[in-house]
Amino acid sequence: MVFTGVTVFASFIELGDWNIVLALTIATIKATLVVLFFMHLYYSSKLTKVTMIAAIFFLFLLLALSMTDYLTRGWLTNPGH
Amino acid sequence: MATAVQTTVETENYLNNGYGLKSWLLTRDHKRIAILYLISITAMFFVGGFFAMLIRLELLTPAGDLVSSDTYNKLFTMHGISMIFFFLIPSVPAVLGNFLIPLMVGAKDLAFPRINLLSWYLYIIGATFALVSMVMGGVDTGWTFYTPFSTTYSNTHVIGTALGIFIAGFSSIFTGLNFIVTIHRMRAPGMTWTRLPLFCWSNYAASIIMVLGTPVVAITILLVALERLFHIGVFNPALGGDPLLFQHLFWFYSHPAVYIMILPGMGVISEIVTCFSRKRVFGYEFVALASIAIAVLGFLVWAHHMFVAGISVYAALVFSLLSYLVAIPSAVKIFNWTATLYKGSIRYDTPMLYAFGFMGLFTIGGLTGVFLASIGVDVHVTDTYFVVAHFHYVMVGGMVLAYMGGLHFWWPKMTGRMYPEGWAKLSALLVFVGFNLTFFPQFILGYMGMPRRYHAYPPEFQVLNVLSTAGASVLAVGYVLPMIYFVWSLRYGKLAGPNPWNAVGLEWMTPSPPPTQNFDETPVVTWEAYDYEHQPDEEVPVGH
Amino acid sequence: MDQQKDASTFGMWLFLVTEIMFFGGLFCAYLVYRSTYYQAFVEGSQTMNIWLGATNTAVLICSSLSMALGVRCAQIGKTKMMVVLLLITIVFGFAFLGIKGVEYHEHWVNHQFPGPTFQFEGAEAAGVNPQNIQIYFSLYWAMTGLHALHMVIGIGLVTWIVIAGWRGAYSPDYYSPVENVGLYWHFVDLVWIYLFPLLYLISKKHGG
Repeated sequence: MVFTGVTVFASFIELGDWNIVLALTIATIKATLVVLFFMHLYYSSKLTKVTMIAAIFFLFLLLALSMTDYLTRGWLTNPGH
Repeated sequence: MATAVQTTVETENYLNNGYGLKSWLLTRDHKRIAILYLISITAMFFVGGFFAMLIRLELLTPAGDLVSSDTYNKLFTMHGISMIFFFLIPSVPAVLGNFLIPLMVGAKDLAFPRINLLSWYLYIIGATFALVSMVMGGVDTGWTFYTPFSTTYSNTHVIGTALGIFIAGFSSIFTGLNFIVTIHRMRAPGMTWTRLPLFCWSNYAASIIMVLGTPVVAITILLVALERLFHIGVFNPALGGDPLLFQHLFWFYSHPAVYIMILPGMGVISEIVTCFSRKRVFGYEFVALASIAIAVLGFLVWAHHMFVAGISVYAALVFSLLSYLVAIPSAVKIFNWTATLYKGSIRYDTPMLYAFGFMGLFTIGGLTGVFLASIGVDVHVTDTYFVVAHFHYVMVGGMVLAYMGGLHFWWPKMTGRMYPEGWAKLSALLVFVGFNLTFFPQFILGYMGMPRRYHAYPPEFQVLNVLSTAGASVLAVGYVLPMIYFVWSLRYGKLAGPNPWNAVGLEWMTPSPPPTQNFDETPVVTWEAYDYEHQPDEEVPVGH
Repeated sequence: MDQQKDASTFGMWLFLVTEIMFFGGLFCAYLVYRSTYYQAFVEGSQTMNIWLGATNTAVLICSSLSMALGVRCAQIGKTKMMVVLLLITIVFGFAFLGIKGVEYHEHWVNHQFPGPTFQFEGAEAAGVNPQNIQIYFSLYWAMTGLHALHMVIGIGLVTWIVIAGWRGAYSPDYYSPVENVGLYWHFVDLVWIYLFPLLYLISKKHGG
């Protein structure tokens, strides 16, 4: 419980740092702790764990496959442009 | 038949267990909720059919002379919305699934009966919003609500309709949630996953899609409404937004949605084909896993609806490849059903006729889908009648035929009455002939270049259009006849025993109609699925 | 009974799956526009009050703690303690909404609500199209607004549990509503854990 308090302060510290990866990593650590221990996923059945993983996986699909469009739009231009 | 089957339906069953409107509208019995859904979606089916009739009438002549182009836009929009969101998506799950899944797994009811009732309430509220919007002038954006037309430029009742769809979406989510928990947690002793009827596997797969995909279209519709109200600019290019983002989010659900529609229908076909060939399904595990594969792969292909919309060519390549993949499990199922027929003892009752129709027409529809997955072909035929014909072959030739087959198959179980077989066979024939006459010409029209969503067309397309409209009239008769004879059968139909088809399955081991609590004692399952080898040939009396 | 408890909790997890996908659509929109209009997002996020956001994050995590402890109390039958902890959770919830309200007020009077009233000085100076900044704010209001709505619903649910618990409805044999409301509450906390860095911590251009 104290640890979660610490991680909140850790996100204060990164004020001088504008690395989104670090911010999201800290967020993910916090989130994992909440899910595993506050929500008892650590102690839950395999089915529940698989369900959560599936949700995250499909969200990831939505984000990743959409980005295949946005990240590659500039790659191929029409001839003459 | 001197067997000890019931000779009257006056024994206590779910239908006569409590009379009056309140006992129906406040029921928690999954079977009653299924009947409530049956009535509601049939009404919406005829609403959608009404719009279809107007569309086909307009397209009898090349000129746009029946209705204005704005009105025509409203017609095809409302046809699509009623049929997709308020008929096809709920059809098999909410009617047959709700009725049968607890029976098939050996449970008293679904996991969350009150949420089931809430699901129906949400459906009714959503449908009311949509219908009111239609009556007040309708919406003309296409069922696809593409931006920025739907968010900025259309001056029709977008928000009212969108709200209706949003609410109906939650109806779908709760149904799916209920099915998943029921199938995981409420199977009777001995009912292992590999003994489950394939109908349960298919509905389970469809439920996964409902739970994962519907929320995305819900938030997308919400954003459209917000944009319309506050002009926030998320989808409007004039304000910096990207209209393609809408399409990505919309199709992320709407493509898997077509698998929500077809998977339960495929489940019905598995049940019918096994019963009427008196054989275990060929490759049970493959069919079960193919359902799951369709559900998962179905989430990976959405941008094939956007090949010409302006997405990057590289993304298009990725989605094209994935779209080819999703055809494979569907084909596996068709092969397995066909193999089930081989050396089976085939009976040509009405449900089987619909199943045969499904297998042929879904194959055609599915194959044309593979054509469309090829970017080169798609560039030529997208937004033409080729696409319209493709999806009607899978949706109507596939899904609606499966639904009709399922209704006929389980009608005696649900009502305790048989429908008149002669009229039913005639209707099946009319549906098959009418359907093909309506939609096959549309493949040719599309290939020749007739665009979709246009109320006028060049005169050289008229002959095919007239054929199509003629077919639609025949199809309409094929739909109206069952309405009539099903209602007729409620009073005058032959009384059905518990198992008129002599089928294998827990649902056939209850009286017809079943009592409210389904089983007097929890059944214990000791036989494999589709155990037709050990099923006696004659109907055996079933203990009460 | 065990099967029923199992089933209802599984049902709640499934519902949370739908919530993940529901918010997920907004996260997708965020990802797309942030990658396309990064500078505009930087500008927009300068107006966010990091201290208030961080405080709110701490508030929510504490509320999750009190919620989790409350569920534990239900599990071991200490009903009075459970009610106290749940009331603390509600207080934290209101605190969050209060701070959010202060932030919303700030943004509102600064014309940072998307629509015809939107204004953003300094956009041209930073070389950024103000309309792209408006998209940042659209997502800000939509995502935090949807989150706040879920908070309100959550407070309502916890209140219901408090009342039922006070009346003695829960025991070590039957406490699944408490657990399920707890799951919902933690989920709402989770969403904020991601919203905070994504909306507030984009970049500190202007220093400390």
